[in-house]
Amino acid sequence: MNSGLLIGLLLLLSFLAPFTRRYLNNLAGPLYAIVPVAGIIYYLRALPVILKGEVITESYKWIPVYDINLSFYIDGFGILFSLLILGIGAFILIYAGKYMVPYPMKGRFMGYLILFMAAMLGIVVSGNLITMFVFWELTSISSYLLIGYHHEKPEARTAALQALLITGFGGLALLGGFVLLGLPYGTYELSTILADPEPIRSSVLYLPALILILLGAFTKSAQFPFHFWLPGAMTAPSPVSAFLHSATMVKAGVFLLARLNPVMGDTQIWHILLTTFGTVTMVMGAWFSITQTDLKKILAYTTVSALGTLVLLIGTGTQYAINAAIIFLLVHALYKGTLFMMAGNIEKMTGTRDITKLGGLFKEMPVAAIVMSLALVSMAGIPPMLGFVGKELIYEATSLAPTSRYLILLAAFFTNSVLVFLSLRLSLDVFWGKRSDYQKKPFDPYVALMAGPVVLVLLSLLLGLFPANLAAPLTAMAITSVSPGHVAVGLKLWHGFNLVLLLSALTLFTGYFMYRYKRMILEHSGSINLRYFAREFSNGFVAAVDGFLHFTKKQTSRIQHGYHRFYLMTVFAVASVLVWVMIWRADPIILELNFADMPLNLVAVVVLIIAAALSAVISHSRVIALVAMGVIGFGISIIFIAFSGVDLAITMIMVEVLMVILAMAVLYHLPKYAKYSESGARMRDGLVASLVGAFMMVLVLQAGTTQMSEPISSFFKEASYSEAFGRNVVNVILVDFRALDTLGEISVIAIAALGIFSMIKLSKRKEI
Amino acid sequence: MLLLLAVLIGVLYGSAVYLLLRRNIFKLVLGLIFLGYATNLLLFVASGLTSGYPAFIRNLEGETATMSDPLPQALILTAIVIGLGVTAFALVLVYRFYSVTGTVDLDELSENE
Repeated sequence: MNSGLLIGLLLLLSFLAPFTRRYLNNLAGPLYAIVPVAGIIYYLRALPVILKGEVITESYKWIPVYDINLSFYIDGFGILFSLLILGIGAFILIYAGKYMVPYPMKGRFMGYLILFMAAMLGIVVSGNLITMFVFWELTSISSYLLIGYHHEKPEARTAALQALLITGFGGLALLGGFVLLGLPYGTYELSTILADPEPIRSSVLYLPALILILLGAFTKSAQFPFHFWLPGAMTAPSPVSAFLHSATMVKAGVFLLARLNPVMGDTQIWHILLTTFGTVTMVMGAWFSITQTDLKKILAYTTVSALGTLVLLIGTGTQYAINAAIIFLLVHALYKGTLFMMAGNIEKMTGTRDITKLGGLFKEMPVAAIVMSLALVSMAGIPPMLGFVGKELIYEATSLAPTSRYLILLAAFFTNSVLVFLSLRLSLDVFWGKRSDYQKKPFDPYVALMAGPVVLVLLSLLLGLFPANLAAPLTAMAITSVSPGHVAVGLKLWHGFNLVLLLSALTLFTGYFMYRYKRMILEHSGSINLRYFAREFSNGFVAAVDGFLHFTKKQTSRIQHGYHRFYLMTVFAVASVLVWVMIWRADPIILELNFADMPLNLVAVVVLIIAAALSAVISHSRVIALVAMGVIGFGISIIFIAFSGVDLAITMIMVEVLMVILAMAVLYHLPKYAKYSESGARMRDGLVASLVGAFMMVLVLQAGTTQMSEPISSFFKEASYSEAFGRNVVNVILVDFRALDTLGEISVIAIAALGIFSMIKLSKRKEI
Repeated sequence: MLLLLAVLIGVLYGSAVYLLLRRNIFKLVLGLIFLGYATNLLLFVASGLTSGYPAFIRNLEGETATMSDPLPQALILTAIVIGLGVTAFALVLVYRFYSVTGTVDLDELSENE
């Protein structure tokens, strides 16, 4: 077993799932989960090697010319993430197998989920920037399919498209960033890049690469101002929210930042950008979560807030901050996965997820109540859950932040207070208090629906109870690989009496008071939202997309107008401008006007042709146009004769006769010329025509005085008689040296004749 | 003579482009024919003007240097014949076009859609 094989297996399974789901029925979820569980076993067995500080790498040649390899790079951080993805993923598969029973297209849904799991695993273990990008885009696409699963609902389609557009835009920026990052190294291999930050730091490409990569990371991780797609994506079924929007996909941006921290991090611009956007996102997410009433929306906004916290911590970059980031990442994945699954369960059992319509569920769903409350205790950061350790570290890190410490500390304090408030609300208002009326009688959910939440919560509890023995080894290597030179600080539940503990206590009190006076808080924040944030970000985005579509539609109908002559005119006008520029820049032609080489008879012929051509253009009579055509053809034959083109002249005369007859026959059926164009249009066309004619004239003069290379005709002249036994060289070329060309020419004529015949035949039949 | 022929080719190209830009589909085909004339002549002139020496081999030891260049002539000959095929096809197409749509105005066609 290795990472490449594991991802391959997952991809294969995602392909097979839609076909096998119906035969496996209720067993499908647990059976599919075998593959991620096998992956977990593989990574757990690899763990001792990683803990010694080694890195497992694999590499398969993909496009070696561009140094793009399918290579994998598994270090302490990658393995922590892989375990999270596969662990939560396995439970999600079991959960989804049961949860999706009433919905159609279950097999396809499972396939998408597994596809997403493969892509997400690919991101965290890939050892090549381009490989990572490919998996990154694959998560965007599979999340589009998952969010839009209920595609018959318009809001699901909108949300899916929104998520795809934003993350897709970020993905494009990311590709640019990766290419810029790879340039100074001459390779896209992570192992080379991570080994030495100097080439990119000292390069002028650092800033553009950083901005592009941040765009990619911020869009994926729903940072302000791209945060709005995440709450919108809550139209997806609950397994999707629990998997993508809590523990995995939205963490991809955070993962990327942490992964590149040793290379790109620890510069001033990195600190400023990450802490600013992180803090804004953290506070904003917390603020908007206060007034939400939809269970999943509340969780989505707290996720946005948590992602902001993570970005802030990575941006701060101190030893404590990196420690806090890794621990909080684990904490958040564990409790948020549980909460999303529980939100799905509650909706399934009661038919609603509006918290104002929920209440008093403890009697009917005691197990669910306990599990969810434990997860909420972790979210609130109350001992003994792991959440407490995480929150302590966040306070520790922010109180030691190098810049604007108090502002960040205040922001963190506010956010954590809101989290306490929400935890109280989600627990007490849903499971206790007044019992509401439900459409159906609720009961504790099935085992398959509860397995994931129970295990995740127990993990959270165990890790929280024994942080030094269980959590620390898991995170220590991750911390070292994210931020070389920094070691893990000892994790413990009890830190003694200090500022951080005081802050924790204050947070709890504030949260409790907010809950106590929630009516007042909700009213006030609601009115503030109405006054200042009435216009939602997503509406702005939709308007921008609509405007863009409108603009492109207009633009397209302007360029693709459907009038053939304007297409032609564009071609001619552009060509003449370009050629005229070239003529302008070329050396001038020196002309010698020598009347001696102008025989009078030929001058007369040329003048005649010119007159005929002009009359064909000007004339209102079709017959004159035809006569002019004949005059031109015969005139050209005379020129051919005069300059030694005997065969040409003969052919031209025969063809000309045929053509005039044919044109006459067709013209007989057509209506008379009518005046279609205004004189303005005629002037314009005349101008374009004269420009083209004039540059062709100059080109002829240039061509007559230029010889780029020796003609190859001497071969034909010499070989014509000695090898092909023909005296007329032109004819010999046609029937002997280039006989195949002539055959092609005859075929063209035959096909044209066939076409003409069928067109005439067809019209005859129709008339009958 | 080159100057005179250059003017002639310029005029032919100009008329061809002008005719191609008309709304009448017959004039469009006429423009196509003119474009063929102009291009054949352009090739011919560009290959160099030789009067009185067609590419015939009179005797085996004869001088071939003064002879006109046979290769462009062979190309032009092919072009003339193919031009006939294309023109004939286009003309019949115009005829069909008119008998189906009842108009020779190309703009009317796009407005009907």
